[in-house]
Amino acid sequence: MDFLEPAFMQRALLAAVLVGITAPAVGIYLVQRRQALMGDGIGHVAMTGVGLGFLLNSSPVWMATLVAVAGSVAMELIRAYGKTRGDLALALLFYGGMAGGVLLINLSPTGSNANLSSYLFGSLSTVSTEDVTAISVLAGFVVLVTVGLRRQLFAVSQDEEFARVTGLPVRALNLLIAVTAAVTVTVAMRVVGLLLVSALMVVPVAAAQQLSKSFRMTFVLAVATGITVTLAGTVTSYYQDVPPGATIVLYAIGIFIVLTLLAAPLAKRRAKAAERAIADCDARCVPDTRRPTDDVKV
Amino acid sequence: MAAQEPDPVISVRGATAALGARPVLRGVDLTVGRGEVVALLGANGSGKSTAVRAVIGQVPLTGGTIELFGTERRRFRDWARIGYVPQRTTASAGVPATVREVVASGRLSRRRFGLPTKADKAAVHRAMELVGLADRAQDAVTALSGGQHQRVLIARALASEPELLIMDEPMAGVDLASQEILAATLREQVAGGTSVLLVLHELGPLEPLIDRAVVLRDGCVVHDGPPPEAVGQHALPGHDHVHPHAAGEPLRTGLLT
Repeated sequence: MDFLEPAFMQRALLAAVLVGITAPAVGIYLVQRRQALMGDGIGHVAMTGVGLGFLLNSSPVWMATLVAVAGSVAMELIRAYGKTRGDLALALLFYGGMAGGVLLINLSPTGSNANLSSYLFGSLSTVSTEDVTAISVLAGFVVLVTVGLRRQLFAVSQDEEFARVTGLPVRALNLLIAVTAAVTVTVAMRVVGLLLVSALMVVPVAAAQQLSKSFRMTFVLAVATGITVTLAGTVTSYYQDVPPGATIVLYAIGIFIVLTLLAAPLAKRRAKAAERAIADCDARCVPDTRRPTDDVKV
Repeated sequence: MAAQEPDPVISVRGATAALGARPVLRGVDLTVGRGEVVALLGANGSGKSTAVRAVIGQVPLTGGTIELFGTERRRFRDWARIGYVPQRTTASAGVPATVREVVASGRLSRRRFGLPTKADKAAVHRAMELVGLADRAQDAVTALSGGQHQRVLIARALASEPELLIMDEPMAGVDLASQEILAATLREQVAGGTSVLLVLHELGPLEPLIDRAVVLRDGCVVHDGPPPEAVGQHALPGHDHVHPHAAGEPLRTGLLT
């Protein structure tokens, strides 16, 4: 356990665990509403914030948070009110954000592409005490929202129109998800980097789905997967000369593959059980069931 | 034009609405009295889905008024009194969810931000029992058939114990077994005093429950009264819809399509 001794490793591990918890916790709602790549888009927009931070000589983390939050709110508004093609509007925002970041960082006297790459791919070993403080505060916010409002966020992400008719403040909840996702992106920026952050939001959820039947179980398994891979990746990068961000993401994909292989026989058994149930029902109540041929579309 | 109900739960007067530049509702009057079951019929594109979505505030009106339980729709906040079944082919989304989890989300109209109480859990269980899915409560929604998905959506609407059910094509793509269960569920609700507004493509097994039918064509009401005769009167050539009661031959044509 000698990897626990250096202070930089303690900070790195703490930051990594917080990301392992928060990224899947937000990601599950994005996956649920089929916006799995939203995190990627926010990451691109956050690059402008990093560039701005260098240019104005202020903290890139807080500047990235600010710009990512603004960008994610803009994305949500485009999605909700978009009269133009939503995907095109988002593309403009993504690439505008990325180009803005590259431009701004090269304009700043202290910044260079080398600085930028530590935000693009993460730089876990240089996480400072202030970074850890910022990450802890932001992670606390994310956990509070994603766990405390899970019923409401589930309803909104499951069926937005229905949620509106239950009287939930759907617009506010959608914006809250967008802001929380933006905060998570900047939390994860130092650990896995802006380009890989979306992977940590989506892959653990995809892995958890292979085994679980319920939203609750998917949430728990996804967070457990997130913690496992961030810790494993960080420790691996201490002993081997590998970049932690990439290692973490590859571990996550490895778990996805393993769980998918494990789930195949499970799914087969479930399908068989379902078949039996249907056969039972047919024998019991309706001997000759047929579907109506008119599928109604509006 | 319907006779004025003494205490209508839905009252739509001269509603007009447009999707883009195309007018979809052109002066629709629609009343649902307390305890009444009203079917909204019409061809695809006649505006029946838009009318229902305007009632629940999902489509803005360009003119006319809508009242729910005597309150102007914009000022209406008491959403727990309404159970809404949107037109869906599936109750699932991008992440697995159990039947109970989906149905429980319908209870949020009663308890928006508080923790669910025993009474809430009991209501969710009752809603699943009403549609005959209590034994599948812990199953993933994705493991269900099309008809069972529809039953989940209806249970979700029933979870808030509503006084008014608004259903958009609840029978679309539903197998015969599920249609019978849905009809039985609805009968029970109506017997308990629930008012119902439902969009239907054809009357089907719900026919005996329906008090009144409102038929739309091109965004206008062309019929408001007793349900149209099943055979003959509205038969148009070229529509061989199979009646769900008939397992064998196509018995009758689609209604006004």
